[in-house]
Amino acid sequence: MSKARLMQGNEACTEGLIAAGVRFYAGYPITPSTEFAEIFAERMPKLGGKFIQMEDEIASIGAVCGASLAGVKAVTATSGPGFSLKQELIGYAAIAEIPIVIVNVQRLGPSTGQPTSPGQADVMQTRWGSHGDRGVIALSPGSVEESFEIGVKAANFAEKYRMPVVILLDEVIGHMRERVELPEQVEIVDRKGPTGPPETFKAFCPDDDDVPPMASFGSGYRYHVTGLIHGETGMPSSASDVTTKLISRLHTKVDKAKADITMYTELYTEDAEILVVSYGGSSRPAAHAVKEARKMGIKAGLLKLITIWPFPDEVLIKAAKNAKKIIVPEMNYGQLVTEIERYVDRDKIVSVNRIDGELFLPDEILNPIREAAGGAK
Amino acid sequence: MASTEKYLRKTALPHIWCPGCGNGVVLSAIVRAIDKMGLDQNKTVVVSGIGCSSRASTYLDFNTIHTAHGRALTFATGIKLANPELNVIVITGDGDATAIGGNHFIHAARRNIDLTTVIFNNSIYGMTGGQSSPATPINSLSTTAPYGQFERPFDIPALAIASGATYVARGTAFHTEMLTNLIAKGIENKGFSVIDAITQCPIAYGRRNKLRTASAMLKWQQDNSVRIEDSKKMSPKDLEGKMIIGELYKSEAPEYTALYDDLIKRVQGGSK
Ligand SMILES: Cc1ncc(C[n+]2csc(CCOP(=O)(O)OP(=O)(O)O)c2C)c(N)n1
Ligand code: SF4
Repeated sequence: MSKARLMQGNEACTEGLIAAGVRFYAGYPITPSTEFAEIFAERMPKLGGKFIQMEDEIASIGAVCGASLAGVKAVTATSGPGFSLKQELIGYAAIAEIPIVIVNVQRLGPSTGQPTSPGQADVMQTRWGSHGDRGVIALSPGSVEESFEIGVKAANFAEKYRMPVVILLDEVIGHMRERVELPEQVEIVDRKGPTGPPETFKAFCPDDDDVPPMASFGSGYRYHVTGLIHGETGMPSSASDVTTKLISRLHTKVDKAKADITMYTELYTEDAEILVVSYGGSSRPAAHAVKEARKMGIKAGLLKLITIWPFPDEVLIKAAKNAKKIIVPEMNYGQLVTEIERYVDRDKIVSVNRIDGELFLPDEILNPIREAAGGAK
Repeated sequence: MASTEKYLRKTALPHIWCPGCGNGVVLSAIVRAIDKMGLDQNKTVVVSGIGCSSRASTYLDFNTIHTAHGRALTFATGIKLANPELNVIVITGDGDATAIGGNHFIHAARRNIDLTTVIFNNSIYGMTGGQSSPATPINSLSTTAPYGQFERPFDIPALAIASGATYVARGTAFHTEMLTNLIAKGIENKGFSVIDAITQCPIAYGRRNKLRTASAMLKWQQDNSVRIEDSKKMSPKDLEGKMIIGELYKSEAPEYTALYDDLIKRVQGGSK
């Protein structure tokens, strides 16, 4: 009995996370993400789950890591300033291979910036914000319905790949209201557990997918977790081969799963001569502009990325096959465009930006499309 | 200590601590307290931060986690709230607990969440080579106070009490049996317990402060501490510069995870 409801992106994302089995939330209030905390505070005790308002964002991600180790799926949500504070422990969750979800409802920065205005300027921080090398999974929904789906997916990916997963919302999607029909059932993935007895269990010994099985604290499987470089038992080591192996695996487990993780939608890309590549809030006026351009007889297409990291390079290369120009609208000074430049001819790329806390008007994307098509048509 | 050997990870030894370091003494007091309380090895979690002292979790055969500098209590809070059945013991240094982790310390105390926190208080940042911590005494020397420490230190037990901890004690590495008992009582308390364990760092603190050897530092602990029972008979003048040791504070207050379980019952019992 799936019922259509009018809801915000933040609300739908929360529902997705809960549907995937998340039963622990720790957070610190910050606009425009606060709805996550408020909804979880209300829902968790009803479901026998736990909600805790922590003293800051660092404490929140620490608590979420702890809950996950105790066997409970856990999430924290925040925005720009809080996302900055969480960076050290995002790296901790990566190296200690703790499945958690971090939601960042992006606002305009740096610093306090414009707290209630949208931005997409945390794309590179998500990739590189925590010190050191590691693979990253980040997903950016472009609608309320997708916010639900990505809530489910993010929790599943965290469990499946034993790592932190970031949902990059933005204020546009987070606060937008749309009618959505939530599915009654979703596919849920749980972390794989140990197959042998405690005596032979090695908490960081990977299977062929480069992901080690995980045992909950208190389940009789005693092991050590550390942010130091460690071998398969979890014990610290500074040996060169152990170090290389671990750092490599933090990347290869994501690389190997790229096909599973990569999500995107396409609009008229088969024959697109002018390709718009966008994501999140910006993808909405972009879709509008592409449809208008088609009406004008321009062969425009849209590649909307949902998976931002690992960057879907092959998808981009394929969609850009016939493209003479590639237009990249982002609500930042030009971030994902630098990644796109790695895979397609730089001269073809047009970066279109808004850095004033406003979403693009469709014309602001349509005009560059028309220009690229050879002037006003 | 045959009965406590099973709590040690022999494969993780030898430990990293300097000769004469007090960390091993405090660690064995913890292990003996766990044994005394008969905690289930499979239902006990040890959480530590970063520092010489926080390395202790590595050597213990429980579910152990060596977290990030200052953040042990945040992880511990998540573990305990997610599964209140677990006994959670936190190992931290004076810097880890009260400088970078100070905010978490006062809030864990305020919540009165059932965690037993043992602060290995060596008055200094040991791991990074002897910089001042919030527990460094006035006039002592550190690498970042080369002309003498002039910032006031925290009175850690007073901080814990004011923040809402329901069991607060101070012990020393010299008085090992007392320390074991204080930790055991902390484990027994259903709420946030703090044991300020005064310990010696001859390398990063003692050498610079006319306490060159571990035995000189242990003697200092002996000479400068007064049991709480005895302190009651002493004048303020006689107590000047002394550390009061023993059970300093005990009170009753609702415990956080129990309150949350009540909330679940209340909410689920109401409208389904
Ligand atoms: C975020 C962060 N800042 C600084 C450090 C460096 N650091 C490691 S241990 C430490 C201080 C340790 O002192 P204390 O907590 O008193 O423990 P001890 O080593 O004396 O046992 C510092 C500053 C770090 N690891 N992480
Ligand atoms: S530096 Fe001090 S605290 Fe650290 S191991 Fe050596 S003696 Fe112990």
